[in-house]
Amino acid sequence: MRNATFWLLAGAVGLAVVLLTRVFFTNEYFFFAAYVVLQYIVLSTAWNILGGYTGYTNFGTGAFFAMGAYSSAVLHKLPDLLQSTFDLTIPAIPLPVMIVVGGIVSGIVGLGTGYLTLRLRGVFFAIATLALAIVVQTLIVNWDYVGGSRGIYIIRPANAPLGGGYIQYLYTLMMVLSVVAVGIARTIERSRLGLGFAAIRDDELAAEAAGVPTLRLKLIATTLSGALMGMAGAPLPYYVTYLDPTSSFNLAYAVNSVAMPVIGGMTSWIGPVLGAILLGTIQQLATVTISSALNLLIVGLLLIGFVIIAPNGIIGLVRARQRKRAMAVEALSERPVERPAQ
Amino acid sequence: MISLDLLANAVVAGILLGGFYAAVTVGITISFGMLDIANIAQPAFILLGSYTAYIVNSSLHLDPILIGVVMLPVFYLLGMAVYRLYYHAFESRGEQAIQGLAFFFGLLFVGEVSLILIFGVDYRFVEAPYIGPSLRFGIFDLPYRMLIPFIVSLAMIGGLQLYLTRSFIGRAILAVSQDALALQLMAASPTRIKQIAFGISVATCALAGTFLIIIQPVEPSIGRDYIGRIFAICVLGGMTSIPGMVAAAILIGVVESITATFYGPSWAPAVAFGFLLITLAVRPAGLAGR
Repeated sequence: MRNATFWLLAGAVGLAVVLLTRVFFTNEYFFFAAYVVLQYIVLSTAWNILGGYTGYTNFGTGAFFAMGAYSSAVLHKLPDLLQSTFDLTIPAIPLPVMIVVGGIVSGIVGLGTGYLTLRLRGVFFAIATLALAIVVQTLIVNWDYVGGSRGIYIIRPANAPLGGGYIQYLYTLMMVLSVVAVGIARTIERSRLGLGFAAIRDDELAAEAAGVPTLRLKLIATTLSGALMGMAGAPLPYYVTYLDPTSSFNLAYAVNSVAMPVIGGMTSWIGPVLGAILLGTIQQLATVTISSALNLLIVGLLLIGFVIIAPNGIIGLVRARQRKRAMAVEALSERPVERPAQ
Repeated sequence: MISLDLLANAVVAGILLGGFYAAVTVGITISFGMLDIANIAQPAFILLGSYTAYIVNSSLHLDPILIGVVMLPVFYLLGMAVYRLYYHAFESRGEQAIQGLAFFFGLLFVGEVSLILIFGVDYRFVEAPYIGPSLRFGIFDLPYRMLIPFIVSLAMIGGLQLYLTRSFIGRAILAVSQDALALQLMAASPTRIKQIAFGISVATCALAGTFLIIIQPVEPSIGRDYIGRIFAICVLGGMTSIPGMVAAAILIGVVESITATFYGPSWAPAVAFGFLLITLAVRPAGLAGR
C-alpha cells in the first residue's frame, strides 16, 4: 500500500470511528475511557519509533508526557500573566496550539537527551531516561508558577468547538493525534529512514561502517518520539482539570508505553496499536470492575510474561504461524510457495 | 554568610549518607558493572529487604540489622533464581538488550505494585534503640541511625572487596567481567560464576534495605528515587571498581546533603541525576575509569 493511500485510509478510519461513536454513544464515561486508550496509542507508537525501530529503550515516557502537559498549563496561565504584569490582553490560547507547543518542547528535550547520551551504549541511554524523569519532576515540584508539588487547577473553557461536550472535543483531538502518530510511524517504516533505523537496531557498528549516519538518525528518532509524547500529554490538563507532579509523572505511563509495543510486537506500526487497544481496554475494564492497583499489576505481569515467552509479541506469534502454514503447504505440494511478505 | 558549623555538619551528614549509598550501590557495581546485566529492578529487591525487616521487627522485635544479616542467604538464593530465569529467557538466546531491560523494568513495577497491594501506601518504620539518639562530638551531631548503617555498610563492602580480590570464586567473578570466553577456556563455567555473582548482588539488598528502613520510614514508591542514584554512583565510580564506587557514593552523599541543607530537600533528588547526565556526557568512564 502506498503511503498516501495509507494516510487516507487511516484518516477515514479515524473519522468514521469518531462519527459513529459520537452518534451512538451518549454516555460521557465512554469518551473518558476511549480518550485514555487513544492516548496510549499515541504514546506507544511514539515509544516504538525509538524503541522498536532503533532498539533504544526509553523509560522516561512520563517525563516527555508531563512536559507536554505542563507546557499547556503554562500557556493556559499565560494570558492572565500578561494581563497582570504588562497590562496586555491576549485571547485564551486554543488547545491545538498548545499541542503543537507541547510537541516542540518535548521534542527539543528529546534532542538534548539524545545528544548527551546516544554516543554511549544503549543501556546508558535507558538509565539516563530514567534519570531524566526525576530531574524534570524535581524542576516541576520546585516551580511555583505551575503549582509546585501542590498541583494546579485548570478550568475548562465553557463551550467546546465542534459541538458536543468538552470531553468529546478532547476525544476527537486525541483521535487526530493517533492517526498522525500511526501515519508517521508507518511512513518511517517504509522509507530510507526506516531502513537506517533497522540497520542501527540489528548491528549499530556494521551500520556505521556501511555509511549509515547513526548518530543523526538516532537524534531524529529521539526528537520525533519525544515530540509525539509531548503532544499526547498536552491535552492532559483539560482532561483531568487538576494537574500535579505525582500523577502526571506516573510510572504507569512509562510501563504502559514499554509494555504495549512489547506485547503487540515492536517491528511494525500495527504492534503498538494492537498492544495499546488490547492493554488499554483491559485496564479500563479492570479499573471499573476490579481495582486500579490490580490492573497495573496485570500490565507488569503481562510485560514480563511476553518478553520471556513471546519476545516478538502478538505480531511475532502470528508471523511464526503463517510461516509454519506456508511450510506445511510447501511440503504437501512439493513445490516452492511464495512466502508471505514480512 | 554561610555558617561554618552548618556546613561542617552537612559535610559529615553527607559522608554518613554516602556510606549508606555505597551499600545500596555495591550490588549494581557487581551486576551491572561486572556482569553487564542492567538490573534496574535492584530498588525493588532493596524495598523487599526493608519490608522483610519491618515484618520481622514488628512481630518479633528483633534488631533490624540482625534481621538483614539473617536474610542474606535467602536473598542470595532469590538472586540465583532470578539469574537462572534471566539466563534461560534472554542470555542463552542472545537477546539481552531491550527484552532484558523490559524484563527487569517489569519486575521493578510488579514489585512496587505488589508492595502497595499488600502494605498500602502508608509509611512503615522499624524500632531499635539506636533510632532517635545521636552522638555529640564537638560541633558535630552524629545520629546513630546514620552512623550504625554507615559502619556496617563499610564493613560489608570491605568484606566483599576482600572476597572478590582474594578468594578463588571472587577472582573468577572479576575474570568473567573481563573476558568470559577466556574463563571458559580455563574450564570454568561463566554461567555458574555469573549466577553466584548475581546472587551476591541481590543478597546485598537484604542489608541495604534494612539500612534504608533504619534511616527513614519507607513506602513502596520510594525505591524509584534510588534507580537513578545507584546507577549514577556506579557509572561515576567507574563501573567495575568498588573503591571508586565508595568514593563516588560519598561525593554524591555530600553534595546532596549540602544541597538539602542550603537549598531545601526538594532539590536533592536532582543532584544525583544531574551528576549522572553530566558524567555520561563528559566522562563516561567515570572517576576511576581506565
